[in-house]
Amino acid sequence: MIRETIGMIFIFIGIGFDFFGVLGLVRLPDVYNRLQAATKCVTFGSAGILFGVFILNGFNSFGFKALFGIAFIFLTSPVAAHVIARAAHRSDIPLAKQTIIDDYAKDNDLKDI
Amino acid sequence: MRLLRWFIGLIFIAIFMYFNFFIYDGVLLFKLINISLFCALFVLFRVIFGPTAADRIVAVDILGILIVGMLALLGLFYKQSFFMDVALIWALLSFIASLAFSKILEGRQLDD
Repeated sequence: MIRETIGMIFIFIGIGFDFFGVLGLVRLPDVYNRLQAATKCVTFGSAGILFGVFILNGFNSFGFKALFGIAFIFLTSPVAAHVIARAAHRSDIPLAKQTIIDDYAKDNDLKDI
Repeated sequence: MRLLRWFIGLIFIAIFMYFNFFIYDGVLLFKLINISLFCALFVLFRVIFGPTAADRIVAVDILGILIVGMLALLGLFYKQSFFMDVALIWALLSFIASLAFSKILEGRQLDD
């Protein structure tokens, strides 16, 4: 009984994080802000759902596949976010109007690599 | 104008939540899967109307992550374990697709 309750609480928190992350993906003004909001879907959205599925199922094959999915998402998704942000900045996609400081544009040595 | 857009979005979300939780009588897991599909609708809006190419790449990346969570819930309903296999392979292919798209956006070739 208490195991189902804890699992459903994790699934609800994951669905909430997914929803607000996607809302930020629609609302925010810039590519980089959208990336920063959308990566919230990963760290507690879908990983929360997978952890809830693991708690609900216990130590069978379904639960271990869910744990493996959490590890895989945590390894791959920050790499994808970093690569997308770097490619967007290098291909001169303009920043939002409200931006105050842009330190990455000063480092011209990085563009030669 | 900005206030009008904000208000239209709020009414859209409120109508969806009312129909999902009070009109539609299904299992609780199907209501949660409906919320995931509604999030996918927002992501498709960003894919279609994105101003630049990087917006579309970010949206496709997040669509893969959403579908992983949705497949986990679907497998939890049907009590079948192979949905998680589909979810893992979908996450792998989404990661590789994001890397390839951003590499093309950066202007480099694929064998660089």
